[in-house]
Amino acid sequence: MADPMRMRITRKGDVADVKMLIFHPMETGYRKNTVTGEIVPKHFIKTLQAMHNGATVLEVEWSRSVSRNPFLHFRVNGAQAGDKITIAWQDNFEQTGGGEAVVK
Amino acid sequence: MQRNRIRLAALIGAVTGAILLPLRALAAQWNEKAFDETRFPDALKSVGALDLVESEQIELKTPEIAENGAIVPMQVTSNIPDTEKIHVFAEKNPQPLVASFTFRKGTQPFFATRIKMGESARVHVVVLADGKYYTISRDVKVTIGGCGE
Amino acid sequence: MSRMPRHSKLLHQSAVAVLMLVCTAPASASPEEDRKAFMTLFSERFPDVPPQDYIHGSMMLSEDARAQYESIMDFPPFQGDIDRGRAIWEKSFSNGKTFADCFENRGRNVAGRYPYYDNASGHVVTFEMALNQCLNANNEAEFDYEDTRTMGVLTAYARTLSDGMLMEVRVDTAAARQKYEAGRALYFQRIGQHNLACASCHLTHAGRYFRDELLSPTIGQALHFPVFRGGEFLFTLHMRYQRCMEAVRAVPFAAGSEELNNLEYFHSYLSNGLPLKASVYRR
Repeated sequence: MADPMRMRITRKGDVADVKMLIFHPMETGYRKNTVTGEIVPKHFIKTLQAMHNGATVLEVEWSRSVSRNPFLHFRVNGAQAGDKITIAWQDNFEQTGGGEAVVK
Repeated sequence: MQRNRIRLAALIGAVTGAILLPLRALAAQWNEKAFDETRFPDALKSVGALDLVESEQIELKTPEIAENGAIVPMQVTSNIPDTEKIHVFAEKNPQPLVASFTFRKGTQPFFATRIKMGESARVHVVVLADGKYYTISRDVKVTIGGCGE
Repeated sequence: MSRMPRHSKLLHQSAVAVLMLVCTAPASASPEEDRKAFMTLFSERFPDVPPQDYIHGSMMLSEDARAQYESIMDFPPFQGDIDRGRAIWEKSFSNGKTFADCFENRGRNVAGRYPYYDNASGHVVTFEMALNQCLNANNEAEFDYEDTRTMGVLTAYARTLSDGMLMEVRVDTAAARQKYEAGRALYFQRIGQHNLACASCHLTHAGRYFRDELLSPTIGQALHFPVFRGGEFLFTLHMRYQRCMEAVRAVPFAAGSEELNNLEYFHSYLSNGLPLKASVYRR
């Protein structure tokens, strides 16, 4: 099973600065398995949502052109210590993942 | 009802980490047509971008020469008021549309991520703000490693 | 702005210095004299680069490249591999002991003293070899030096325990000196179909482009392994030596072989006095 994602939140005033790394192969579907010679099927995160205390703040549509183990950095206003940032993603195989962290 | 519950449980079971996923994530929009386009002008059309105006109010940070085309760090800040969406294109990728970001109220029109570029190309950033489209673009060189591998 | 050498005269002076180094009989140039000669040559060629920047290799000459490195290192995509290495490091052997029990200070701030010459066995011992010696001493199977999933990820974590430590390789005896000289000889030896030596790229032409690769100087290289090329592919120092040998169309020595151990001994000595940093991004 894949590793969970990593999230790091720093707060400057009421701005939550959120960085995350998601462990996902983000296969393009153009790569060949060097051993078998077969194409590795495309497997990438399509949609991602970021929520602040349950309310959606950011909607992301990704493609196979986003790097493996994708990184995302965004900023949310009106954040206080104790607030929750939740991430939910879905890939083209309908697998899902996500994570949650607390603003300090 | 029973079937949905089983399906839901299986999906939740597939998630690492102990959080309950909002079902909204499963129904999230993904502009399939735009992401499948193979030509940049078509991809622009498919995201609805028309009458693009070049704008210096979009800050785009990209490398001059990408160290490795598989992992090109980029960062965008839109200083255009009422920015609602930002799209990223790598003109010469097999499918030029790389990513789209939709910002709800209270979220800064800013993001950083890392993208793949198959070859040297122009990276275009398109901003939708107050119903209008703005853009900025920059060339990013990508070279294939020599003896580096 | 890049800090590339502007004058071909400097390269000419450097070439002369290189010839002097190469022609010096091994008996008369001590390791410390070697290190100082290398440092003098590089500091003349790259006058604006402080010694601490040499760990960044060719990125020390390109702010564009360095900015990408810093951005990726802020949140490395290979963190999963480091964590897998940590799990191996912390997992108890069947007898209840762990790797930390084999090293001073629980393995913290030790890597800078490797490689060292072991008087008892008469061989150079690298940090990777010490990890295998630890497995052996605890009746566990040794790891393959070329297996990224075991030895690779283990060093990706274990070496970070010495981040910031200064390289302090010692060559104290005549016997140790012999191994150092063997490594030095390999470094200067032209090999392969392309008939190139390590020195050809990383001494004579350090700072110049070979195709699209900006060649890194020898000083600083041994400080920063393993690397993750493209943020994904793990290479230990010996695996990197092997890729270089293949690039010049030579049959590579095995990772963990005496030849590469001796090379690493010489190579690491040249970076003495500079701080280590393991598990870094490279293109």
